[in-house]
Amino acid sequence: MSIELRNVTFRVGAEWYIYETSLTLEPGDFNILLGTTLSGKTTLMRLMAGLERPTKGEIWASGKNVTGLPVQQRSVAMVYQSFINYPSFSVYENIASPLKVAGLGKKEIDEKVHRFADLLKLTPMLNRLPRELSGGQQQRTALARALVKGADLVLLDEPLANLDYKLREELRDELPKLFADTGATVVYATTEPLEALMLGGNTATLKEGRVVQFGRTSSIYRKPATLESAEVFSDPPINTAIISKQGDQAVLGEVASWSVPAELAALPDGEYKIGLRPHHLLLEEQGVEVDGTVQIAEISGSESIIRVKVNGNVWVSQTPGIHSFVYGEKIRIHFNSNNCIYFGADEKLIDL
Amino acid sequence: MARIRFRDVRHAYPPPKGQEPVYALNEINQVWEDGGAYALLGPSGCGKTTLLNIISGLLTPSEGEILFDGKEVTDLPTSARQIAQVFQFPVVYDTMSVFDNLAFPLRNRGMDEKLVQQRVEQIAEMLDLTDNLKKRASGLTADGKQKISLGRGLVRSDVNAILFDEPLTVIDPHLKWQLRSKLKELHQQVGVTMIYVTHDQVEALTFAEKVVVMYEGIVVQVGTPVELFNHPRHTFVGYFIGSPGMNVLPCSIDGGQPVFGKNLLNIESRIKGQLQGKLEVGIRPEFVEFSDDGIPVRIEKVEDLGRYQVLTLTHESEIIKMVMAEDQTVPSENPRIQFDPHHTKIYCDDWVVEEAVNE
Repeated sequence: MSIELRNVTFRVGAEWYIYETSLTLEPGDFNILLGTTLSGKTTLMRLMAGLERPTKGEIWASGKNVTGLPVQQRSVAMVYQSFINYPSFSVYENIASPLKVAGLGKKEIDEKVHRFADLLKLTPMLNRLPRELSGGQQQRTALARALVKGADLVLLDEPLANLDYKLREELRDELPKLFADTGATVVYATTEPLEALMLGGNTATLKEGRVVQFGRTSSIYRKPATLESAEVFSDPPINTAIISKQGDQAVLGEVASWSVPAELAALPDGEYKIGLRPHHLLLEEQGVEVDGTVQIAEISGSESIIRVKVNGNVWVSQTPGIHSFVYGEKIRIHFNSNNCIYFGADEKLIDL
Repeated sequence: MARIRFRDVRHAYPPPKGQEPVYALNEINQVWEDGGAYALLGPSGCGKTTLLNIISGLLTPSEGEILFDGKEVTDLPTSARQIAQVFQFPVVYDTMSVFDNLAFPLRNRGMDEKLVQQRVEQIAEMLDLTDNLKKRASGLTADGKQKISLGRGLVRSDVNAILFDEPLTVIDPHLKWQLRSKLKELHQQVGVTMIYVTHDQVEALTFAEKVVVMYEGIVVQVGTPVELFNHPRHTFVGYFIGSPGMNVLPCSIDGGQPVFGKNLLNIESRIKGQLQGKLEVGIRPEFVEFSDDGIPVRIEKVEDLGRYQVLTLTHESEIIKMVMAEDQTVPSENPRIQFDPHHTKIYCDDWVVEEAVNE
């Protein structure tokens, strides 16, 4: 089904959870809500599910106004961060439970349970109790229960957050495939930018109760509409700085200057902002060089993450190889100016 | 502060009646240096929490000894071991102020109030809690409360070791990053032995000088992050460290060289003698590249992960993952790949065949 939020706000007393938001999700799409905790992801989902009623505005599902319609009367399934299963039911009974409630026949239930157990690799565990399963298997059981209902809208609230790193990697790979076959509209909340990229689909970046931007995941990443959207979609944090544009030159304080693309050169001179992702700021020589002072360097696998103070800003460089630096050390780092994302003084993207 | 040594430590939880005990930990022989930053890394059920509980004294191992600076402590209770612990979920006294929470372990040991003040302020400063010192702990967010727990773990300077059991689970990713850097900074400043349990490779690799990788109750490798990445001793290390993990593909040996499918692979050296067991070749996705005269593959999927792309390839029925730079393009026809000979490893029954590397 399609889901449309029309000028929806949500407030409890004086506290705003969601500022005015309009958002349309197309049928069968995989949608990601990306933002930190308290950015409004869960509240948006509860509004879509009908677990909360908007303070103002309307919610439409497949062209019908469903504002105020209780969750029981909607075709919705939800999976939470902490796996919820019936502890005294076997995996089979857990998966079958929504079908029993819906009054399906024994044979149909059996057929569906087996199909989804198979899909989620739970067939060998059908007779076990949830406590006899690993965390990943428990969450797969909860997912199977959400899927078996055949709901038109599936809401997944950080469903992988409590799982082992490697299990997360596997399920992330499987999830979009699973839902592609069911035709359900999926909404998936996460705090992790990399997870959003891995899942693909569409992404809405959220900050403090506002949807900052919504679109195809890779285009939101490559062309963030605002600096704020770029910040939400970057881990480690995106490097930012104020530059002064003079003709076709970008000037970063006393530290560096470089040529800007023609489209930007044609705009009025003055203050602009840049965003530069940490993996584009390297020790390896290229393009523009800047000098800075090391704050801290940490090693992650085969790369180093170096925090460097450059012209008053603390920047992060995510650079290949193992490099040890001590606090206060002077270093020279480099970036290719083609990788700069330019924003106006109002922090809106300058689309090049 | 102490050097921690495990001598033939094994542990089995009491089995159900009539069943043989299953060892949660097997033959742990380790020496962890004083002042080191160690991470215990592994999936759930690998024994890392059991090992941590043996260090803290919450658990007495069924066999073997544990020594702090050469002194046996196997049977000593937690209280006699001078250990500070930080758990997965915040443990704070809600009714006390942040200051009193941080001061608690010090006052408990009768420290002079002036020194308490000094020490608490120092720790609060490091953790950005200074503005909250007078607030009641109950008013803080989950993040804030966990920072208090961290602070309480760090506040004593007389401990043998500080143990962290997945301490950043409840922390937001953006803040996680900061706190990890903070912990590392603190470790450099105070130099106390820190042991950090996690299932998250990123946390382990950024925090620790030495990562102890555990799998099914044994330590499969202890190494620096670079060693674990470049020289996984066990296929599990290859799989668990790195994302995506190492490709592990079936192979045979012909004339001392591995053969994958019908393709002879070039490696740095020759395998000597006969190998008995399951033979596999291990190659990280980072060391797979396109090459005109390599192994023919089919491209199943290309994922744009921002800074790099992950390709899923198949050769016959085997799946091979490959990592490619963000600005690189996929060959339009007849894609073929090769493995970097310096980073191609042979495994026999999951353990690396050393001859292939050292010769």
